[in-house]
Amino acid sequence: MAARSPLQLFWRRFRKDKVALSALVFIALLILVAIFAPVIRSVVGIPDPGERSTDALDAFGLPLGPTAAHPFGVDDIGRDILARVLDGARLSLTVAFIGTGLSVLIGVTAGMIAGFYRGWVDTVIARVIDVLLAFPVLLLGLGLASACSTKEGCLGGALQPGRTIVIFIIVLSTSPYVARIIRGQVLSLREKEFVEAARSLGAGNMRIIFREILPNLVAPIIVYASLFIPANILLEASLSFLGVGVRDQPSWGQMLADATGKVDSAWWFMFFPGMALLLTVLAFNLVGDGMQDALNPKGNKQR
Amino acid sequence: MAAYIARRLLWAGFLLFVISCITFVIFSVLPAGDPAVARAGRSPSPELVEIIRVQLGLDKSKPEQFVNYIADILPFLGGNGINFGFSYQTNTDVLPEILERLPVTIFLTTGAVILWLAIGIPVGMLSAVKTGSWMDRLAMGVALLFISAPVYFLGLVAIFLFADDIGRFPILPGNSAYGDADSLLGRAEALIMPWCVLAAAFAAIYARFLRGNLIDTLQEDYIRTARAKGLSERRVVFRHGVRAAITPIVTLLGLDIGILLGGAILTETVFNIPGIGRYAFNAINLSDLPVIQGTVLFGAFFIVMMSLLVDILYAFIDPRVRY
Repeated sequence: MAARSPLQLFWRRFRKDKVALSALVFIALLILVAIFAPVIRSVVGIPDPGERSTDALDAFGLPLGPTAAHPFGVDDIGRDILARVLDGARLSLTVAFIGTGLSVLIGVTAGMIAGFYRGWVDTVIARVIDVLLAFPVLLLGLGLASACSTKEGCLGGALQPGRTIVIFIIVLSTSPYVARIIRGQVLSLREKEFVEAARSLGAGNMRIIFREILPNLVAPIIVYASLFIPANILLEASLSFLGVGVRDQPSWGQMLADATGKVDSAWWFMFFPGMALLLTVLAFNLVGDGMQDALNPKGNKQR
Repeated sequence: MAAYIARRLLWAGFLLFVISCITFVIFSVLPAGDPAVARAGRSPSPELVEIIRVQLGLDKSKPEQFVNYIADILPFLGGNGINFGFSYQTNTDVLPEILERLPVTIFLTTGAVILWLAIGIPVGMLSAVKTGSWMDRLAMGVALLFISAPVYFLGLVAIFLFADDIGRFPILPGNSAYGDADSLLGRAEALIMPWCVLAAAFAAIYARFLRGNLIDTLQEDYIRTARAKGLSERRVVFRHGVRAAITPIVTLLGLDIGILLGGAILTETVFNIPGIGRYAFNAINLSDLPVIQGTVLFGAFFIVMMSLLVDILYAFIDPRVRY
């Protein structure tokens, strides 16, 4: 019988957590919805997110609530909310996945180099991590996003407001955490017997890093990524809510900002994007919690 | 101990310097737009733009501008005190405008902190002691819900449900009530809803955090020793367990207070509370870069100062900290 890899053990434990498993199914569905948003739009028969349906506004130009033609109602200039919520899912997931993915890539690389080679490389990387973690990164990110949100953009127009800046802020705020965690793990892994065994068999540094150490980091990387994704979804939404995030395509945060003055006259305007945001973040948090429990099973749980 | 405090002070000074440099880069080097044009208003004459350029010191080289900027924000270098620059929109001095709004933000933060500690700590303790009970699961479920909800969505829902002008159950002063209130009591009343909304998210974080810490602590050997000595469960949990589990909360609390004092921007925006966060939000909408720069610097200052304070405080309350 073959030994189970850490990842298999991890999955076996995670599978027992029914709530987390349902949340994972929800996320899978959400990703499908985001990918096939245009198809869903044509099947349900709703207009494009940017299209203004004037017939959905009443005689005074006020938006009408949910109807058969517009299941989630329309916003104050007649755009279909369901279509916009669907597109918001695309944006939200893309930005959070790319941002978190890049953070993991950078953080894992920096953390592995620091933890494996130690010495002055480690000192430099650890200092940079310290500075970044002590930094009010989000505040400076807000400043950066707003300084670049004028129509001229930043760096002579090279850095335009929108997704790029949001992803940049996500990477800046997330990767130091990843690097610190990975560095700690590698520092202890490199002293383990199996590394020594590999070395005595003549394995080089690269082989040890990629074939011996990295596989042991996969489970913690997945867990931490699943905890950072919801935080980054909220970050994108907050920046967009403040008007410095994404503006050229529908975003849940930006929809909530638009809805702020219309809570009374059009509740659906804030309700649907808000619920989409809440449920998405909740699902990711449930999965993250479940994964954390599966990685570090506490004594008080049945195994 | 003195050496430790001195090191922390140096570190904080270093951080503030680096933050000031980055802020300069963000607001004076990166933006492609011309600040003199932004300042001059609608369709200015080239002469006016030129005058403003000289006034703002933009005719000088970037390094010279940087030296002037550092001299302006350092109290002991500036000839006429700290100067955060002037708003493009109102031409007013930014720092006094921020200081004028500080009490509002302090009032909002203080109330919320008291409320979230009063809710989060007992809930976290009970959940840890009764792990796995229906009460624990309910509390942690609700906590996860509040952690997942962005504060501005909670705020909008609260206004929709409870605001006395548009709410379905009009029982609390709603949006912009703070600006209309003329007495301290009226202002406190206007803040009830923002306090609750802000506290909900943080109470949830603190309850989860304390629960996790306390569960870990209660498995320590010294807790077993305390039980073996025959101490009552109550004394074991409160005197031995909570005391150790609650110290990390101090760090968390200090950093959260620092962030909020720099401007509870989301909460102040949703409820239209005239604090520093709302000032920053308005400036963002108007692309009023000097105001945004000022609020960012001010907020960063609070965050660094609070983490310095927390580090020093922590060394006093936790004897395990190495100096």
